[in-house]
Amino acid sequence: MSLPVAIVGSGNIGTDLMVKIHRSADLELVAMVGVDPASEGLAQARRTGVPASSGGVDWLLTLDPLPALVFEATSASAHLAHHSRYADAGIQAIDLTPAAVGPFVVPSVNLDQHLTAPNVNMITCGGQATIPIVAAISAVTPVSYAEIVASIASRSAGPGTRANIDEFTTTTARGVELIGGAQSGKAIIILNPVDPPMIMRDTVYCAVDPDADRARISESVHQMVQRVADYVPGYRLAAPPQFDDPRPGWQGRARVTVLLEVEGNGDHLPPYAGNLDIMTAAATAVGERIAAARAGVAS
Amino acid sequence: MTGPQVRLTDTTLRDGSHAMRHQFRPDHVRSTVRALRAARVPVIEVTHGDGLAGSSFNYGFSATPELHLIDVAVAEAGPALIAALLLPGVGTVEQLRAAVDHGVGLIRVATHCTEADIASQHLGLARSLGVETVGFLMMSHMIEPARLARQARIMADAGAQCVYVVDSAGALLPDDTTARVAALHAELGTDAQVGFHGHNNLAMGVANSVAAVRAGARQIDGATRALGAGAGNSPTEVLTAVFDRLGIDTGVDLGLVLDAAEETVAPYIEREPVMDRASIVMGYAGVYSSFLLHAERAAHRYGVPSHEILREAGRRRYVGGQEDLLIDVAVALAEDRSRAHPTDPTDREVAHNDPTS
Repeated sequence: MSLPVAIVGSGNIGTDLMVKIHRSADLELVAMVGVDPASEGLAQARRTGVPASSGGVDWLLTLDPLPALVFEATSASAHLAHHSRYADAGIQAIDLTPAAVGPFVVPSVNLDQHLTAPNVNMITCGGQATIPIVAAISAVTPVSYAEIVASIASRSAGPGTRANIDEFTTTTARGVELIGGAQSGKAIIILNPVDPPMIMRDTVYCAVDPDADRARISESVHQMVQRVADYVPGYRLAAPPQFDDPRPGWQGRARVTVLLEVEGNGDHLPPYAGNLDIMTAAATAVGERIAAARAGVAS
Repeated sequence: MTGPQVRLTDTTLRDGSHAMRHQFRPDHVRSTVRALRAARVPVIEVTHGDGLAGSSFNYGFSATPELHLIDVAVAEAGPALIAALLLPGVGTVEQLRAAVDHGVGLIRVATHCTEADIASQHLGLARSLGVETVGFLMMSHMIEPARLARQARIMADAGAQCVYVVDSAGALLPDDTTARVAALHAELGTDAQVGFHGHNNLAMGVANSVAAVRAGARQIDGATRALGAGAGNSPTEVLTAVFDRLGIDTGVDLGLVLDAAEETVAPYIEREPVMDRASIVMGYAGVYSSFLLHAERAAHRYGVPSHEILREAGRRRYVGGQEDLLIDVAVALAEDRSRAHPTDPTDREVAHNDPTS
């Protein structure tokens, strides 16, 4: 039996999520909610037989039965207004906004700890792409410092991201520490307007002991890339992990560099927008795992 | 009329950070600010080359925490204004507040020339904190003047009191500069001034600065001994001399700024910026000047020529900040080479470019 779910937010992210949920055997989309009656996302939902309304969360909460799970694809401020209403109604929430009400989750790293949390947060696109790598390296050797650089196509950065780009850097850095396991973390984001648009690129640098086992680090990174690619098919290494011996200024640490490329699945958003695809793909994976856990299936 | 016709901002201690591999020490900053202040240079920028919080694996770690360098600069500045650069996506409002708390009086917020709207948060905050603001449109050669002017408008509306045409790649020629500065000047009118920041990769820094002033620019950047990324910036001391000859008042004392360049800055420079092959390729192909030392390091590490890395970075149209992807380019070039010449692991050019030698 599939789990009844709803999407709140009928913009690009919500629409891309809809395509992915339609493809899932574990999730059944029972409602799509927006605030704009002219929304193309709502029209598309209706065309695929999904009840859709521009009546917002008020309308959603009149449904009987209620969905078990809601995907929030609006904005941080909207989610801050909605989250307690979902909780009061007993609806679990997967939050794709930067609101960070619930714990951070990365499906390939820490989802098992939070399958029953009333609210989980998907961090950022750069976090979903890079935190698994930091965690894979941390699993082998202590990472005193991890730094990630996310390059995204200018066209794939929406007005919300642009108006508060600090939210990306600070939230991602926190995720690199909390979930990635680095003692300290830093995040950088670059928007590139090249046309045709560049596919999302991410670089992860980790400071490690010069004597750390490089073969084991490489192996752990390769395994993690495979685990992420299971739910984000366009996630791959652009080159094998690179190792550099300590240099002046590195405080005696060696450096591991992991060069990643994230190509989107081209569901609703174009393939260059890997940054958006990895969010919706990861959120779908979280939904599927929650559904499996609820169905009592060992995951 | 009060004040100079053109205000010079000296960025030796910011853009020069690239050429110094971010190894500025408090004594460098103290002596440089003291000498520039004596020469009546009105604005002195002090930050990591990639702006506040630029200290990183990607751009190079600072030898001294930047707030400490800012403290030293502020203590020596006297009437000069200490400026700090911030690149949204690298630095945050938290570091902006800290810089202002430490006495920075001018915040310059830099974005790629098409991405002005990511600076709104930072420009707005800087204004609300009561400091002067500049918007910095990097890689200005990449878009047409009219489009650049629209981006300048976004920055001015967000609170920038001056918007710079920034020739990060040293790719603009004087007519290109004239067209861009004139477009910004026409768009901004009295809402904001226009500035120009040049690089010497094609030897055009000073000529472009003259063109900029003639097209309406009122703020011009220089660096003593050209100390900056790529082939360096327009030398502050040459700008001073040239504007003096043109009868354009900068308020800077030529003799003392020549002393500053010759006696204070030149002795500590480890690597004088020069128009070598890699720098000229950057100007010609429109590549971000700060990539130079990173390309040289990757060239050394992977055994491929730095100018080929830079050419490929230009072909891929990388923008400022994407230093990490130079590693990717070098790895790919090294693979191509090993396929083409499986038995030839060395390259004379690489030895020549070794940044550690």
